[in-house]
Amino acid sequence: MYDVAIIGAGVTGSAIARELSRYQANICVIEREEDVCGGTSKANSAIIHAGFDAAPGSLKARLNVRGNQMMDALAKELDIPFLRNGSLVTCTKDQDRGGLCALLEKGRKNGVPDLRILERDELAALEPNIGDDVVCALYAPTGGIVCPFHMTMAYAENACVNGVTFFLNTKVTSIRKAETGYTIETTHTDTGEAETFLAKTVVNAAGVYADTFNNMVSSHKIHITARKGEYCLLDKDAGTHVSHTIFQLPSKMGKGVLVTPTVHGNLLVGPTAVDVENKEAVNTTQDGLDALSRTASLSVKNLPMRQVITSFAGLRAHEDGDDFVIGEAPDAKGFINAAGIESPGLSSAPAIGEMVAELVRGLLSLSEKPDFVAERKGILRPETLSMEERNRLIRENPAYGNIICRCEMITEGEILDAIHRPLGARSLDGVKRRTRAGMGRCQAGFCSPRTMEILEREVPMRMFDITKNGVGSNIVVGVNKEI
Amino acid sequence: MKQYDLVIVGGGPAGLAAAVSAKDSGIDSILIIERDRELGGILNQCIHNGFGLHTFKEELTGPEYASRFIDQVMERGIAYKLNTMVMDISPEKKVTAMNREDGMFEIDAKAVILAMGCRERSRGALNIPGYRPAGIYSAGTAQRLVNMEGYMPGREVVILGSGDIGLIMARRMTLEGAKVKVVAELMPYSGGLKRNIVQCLDDFGIPLKLSHTVVDIEGKERVEAVTIAEVGADRRPIPGTEERYTCDTLLLSCGLIPENELSKSAGVSINPITSGPVVNDSLETSIPGIFACGNVLHVHDLVDYVSQEASSAGKNAAAYIKNGAPADAKTVEIHPVDGVRYTVPKYIRPSEMDDNLTVRFRVGDVYKNCCIATYFDDALISRRKRPVMAPGEMEQVILSKAKLSEYPDLSKITIRIEEGE
Amino acid sequence: MSTRELTCIGCPLGCAVTVTLENGDVTAVAGNTCPRGDAYARKEVTNPTRIVTSTVRVKGGVVAMTNVKTASDIPKDKIFDCVEALRDVVVTAPVTIGDVILPDAAGTGVAIVAARNVAALSEAQQQ
Repeated sequence: MYDVAIIGAGVTGSAIARELSRYQANICVIEREEDVCGGTSKANSAIIHAGFDAAPGSLKARLNVRGNQMMDALAKELDIPFLRNGSLVTCTKDQDRGGLCALLEKGRKNGVPDLRILERDELAALEPNIGDDVVCALYAPTGGIVCPFHMTMAYAENACVNGVTFFLNTKVTSIRKAETGYTIETTHTDTGEAETFLAKTVVNAAGVYADTFNNMVSSHKIHITARKGEYCLLDKDAGTHVSHTIFQLPSKMGKGVLVTPTVHGNLLVGPTAVDVENKEAVNTTQDGLDALSRTASLSVKNLPMRQVITSFAGLRAHEDGDDFVIGEAPDAKGFINAAGIESPGLSSAPAIGEMVAELVRGLLSLSEKPDFVAERKGILRPETLSMEERNRLIRENPAYGNIICRCEMITEGEILDAIHRPLGARSLDGVKRRTRAGMGRCQAGFCSPRTMEILEREVPMRMFDITKNGVGSNIVVGVNKEI
Repeated sequence: MKQYDLVIVGGGPAGLAAAVSAKDSGIDSILIIERDRELGGILNQCIHNGFGLHTFKEELTGPEYASRFIDQVMERGIAYKLNTMVMDISPEKKVTAMNREDGMFEIDAKAVILAMGCRERSRGALNIPGYRPAGIYSAGTAQRLVNMEGYMPGREVVILGSGDIGLIMARRMTLEGAKVKVVAELMPYSGGLKRNIVQCLDDFGIPLKLSHTVVDIEGKERVEAVTIAEVGADRRPIPGTEERYTCDTLLLSCGLIPENELSKSAGVSINPITSGPVVNDSLETSIPGIFACGNVLHVHDLVDYVSQEASSAGKNAAAYIKNGAPADAKTVEIHPVDGVRYTVPKYIRPSEMDDNLTVRFRVGDVYKNCCIATYFDDALISRRKRPVMAPGEMEQVILSKAKLSEYPDLSKITIRIEEGE
Repeated sequence: MSTRELTCIGCPLGCAVTVTLENGDVTAVAGNTCPRGDAYARKEVTNPTRIVTSTVRVKGGVVAMTNVKTASDIPKDKIFDCVEALRDVVVTAPVTIGDVILPDAAGTGVAIVAARNVAALSEAQQQ
């Protein structure tokens, strides 16, 4: 019997798991994908929003601002790449300046610090590539950028180190109330084997499927729509095209798209916003990709869209009530929702983790764990070291002298670390999200056979079993002349 | 810090030929730095025959062609380091490299030859919409898996792009037991050699669909189907022409990009058309003493031309090491116009150049019964008839030093495609 | 009298060659730029042949596969038989270019030879 079963190992579930791992409790996380960060958390804008966007008084507003405040300490504690690069919401000459002022007012009510409106001159000095039609912008210095993979993995690894058990490749098929707590039926996505989990409390952090699970145990139905967002990621050569995160003031033409540098030095353009029926529809579309460059050029000029290295789509979990649904379901004691976590979900994750952990602590009267380890070290990046330090490292472990990914200059040592750390990588995408090997301009053309050799040797696993990102995504299908 | 007269970055066909030629031109202190576990570069995975007709007058496989040059490097005792990545090249020709044994180390070089080759354009760069499952590989990645590791990346294959690697892989996959359903090519002509269409597609009944592209990829985990559609003159898909192919693999052979990240970090000027360094008649880049050859300079069609070009680069680097940079010499720019996309070299120095200089280039479209015309300012110097020219094949013009000396006031050279005899 | 249009594969030039046939005999070849084109065209319409290249697995080598090829061209309709004959072949490193892998490729009388050198792993590397 688990004290807490968390469904979903995205950033929300992982943050909750980590915050709960402070307490003496038997906790598990059940995740359908082969790795943490396999759903909405892997495909989003990678932004820590300042918090001026959500309606004052909403959970979104409160948790976003709180989450943003927590990021500096968290990034240090969990060794996550995070940068407060500041954000700008642009207003063009055809748009109503009043909208921008309203946003400023909303932000002040939400408690966002240091907001102000910049006029064209100051703006152009700050961002030389700002669109010619932009007349002013709302500046939020607390806006930031983060690596969502690292943030989620840092939370999950730290939870794991503090005793939380992760069940990957495990798909929840039903949840029902039991005499005490809940019975959770699951199927292993690879072997098909059924396994039943019993838990006193359940935390529902299942992203676009959170409505399904809530509705299994509660008559207070929620309804989540998958809202697709398409993105283009540009080469590092384009990474300094802007230095702030550039949003557009929403207009009758739509919400607009953002242009932002990433913490790793690329440029990200997106997202579109289209509601889709299919909650697995993470495909990009010609219309979506065309719309991106068209719309982005309204706020940023000379965007080098020829430098796109990949495009992708993510699904945001939009709840009909337009706010996060967090808390115990009114008619299902011990069933706690963290549902409808769309933007600003990443920014709010630290605060959601804190809030839900506090809730569960109260329900189960948990006491603190004396040996909780708060700090987590990320994968060592040799490129951050001096040549002397680097050579000392290579003498200790020659794998740090062997470059595997030439675009991002990732060494074998980093890949070994990714494989052997808690919740280590078992797939090419797992290695990629942890180390960036394969995330560069050649998009893994060069390093994937080399990374496969390392996985084969180190996990160890057979070449045929190596996947891109889990069950069914195998890279090779047989040997020559035998398929 | 270690010192070498000449550091050659890359031990593929360009680096090997450059090393041999530099050594034969009297330079003894040479180091080849190769990132892979063997010398030979991409030739090691190109197991088809057809290499070396110009150079060796016989048809060799890629590894055989490479071994001829590797033997020459060994015979001359030229030093090389394997499994070693060059991390940086400074404008002062300080080369920083790294491997497991030596760690990170710096080399002071008098001259550097860039011979890093090229990489393939990825799915992301092509911006193909659809899902992102396993089963989408660049043709070269599939080639490495099959030919070097012995693993098949798929059973039922659609290929986008009719570059030579794509055509070659259509045959390779077929021979190893896969079914290649179609090769789609965005352009109205193939990007590969004609002989490869005959012996890699026609021999096996694989259809080639010109003016077609991939408009959708299905399958969340592994590719399940690919939809291709015809494109119009604007290269945009024509609605209603979609055809869906069930398959588990999509191979991409959509162009090669010279790999110039190191060149850029050194500050070398890059030609936006070739994505390779701008060079003069000695194949010297905008930084004196840094030379470039092979596919890092511009993508070649035949390795024989890579070897020839690299051989010149080696000889020229040797001259630079021995004599230093020549005193300011008059430089003339070659202007590629009317169908000529670029030229390598872009600049020539009539006083410094060889007696005969080969200028290589590619054309931007298919031309039938046209001429390659060369002008010194407004004077027509040569006009050579070409029954067929296509973007997939390199063309050349030979400039003669003697002829140039007749034009002391020359301000520009123009190479263009002209119609008629 | 009939004609066939071919693309010569003798070299990368890929000349468009026209072969004129009378009662199955070649009476004329046009369009080729060199004698190889003439020879190719005559053969292609009577007895088409190809060089076949493939891979075989290597035991104890620095790489897993070596490159092999038919020592000369073989009849086109024997290509798949030739590849099939290589299915279970495993060679032991070192492999040297020219080593005979199969003395007779699928009854063609043509040998299959190694087309790539593969050095043997040292004992240290094997461990």
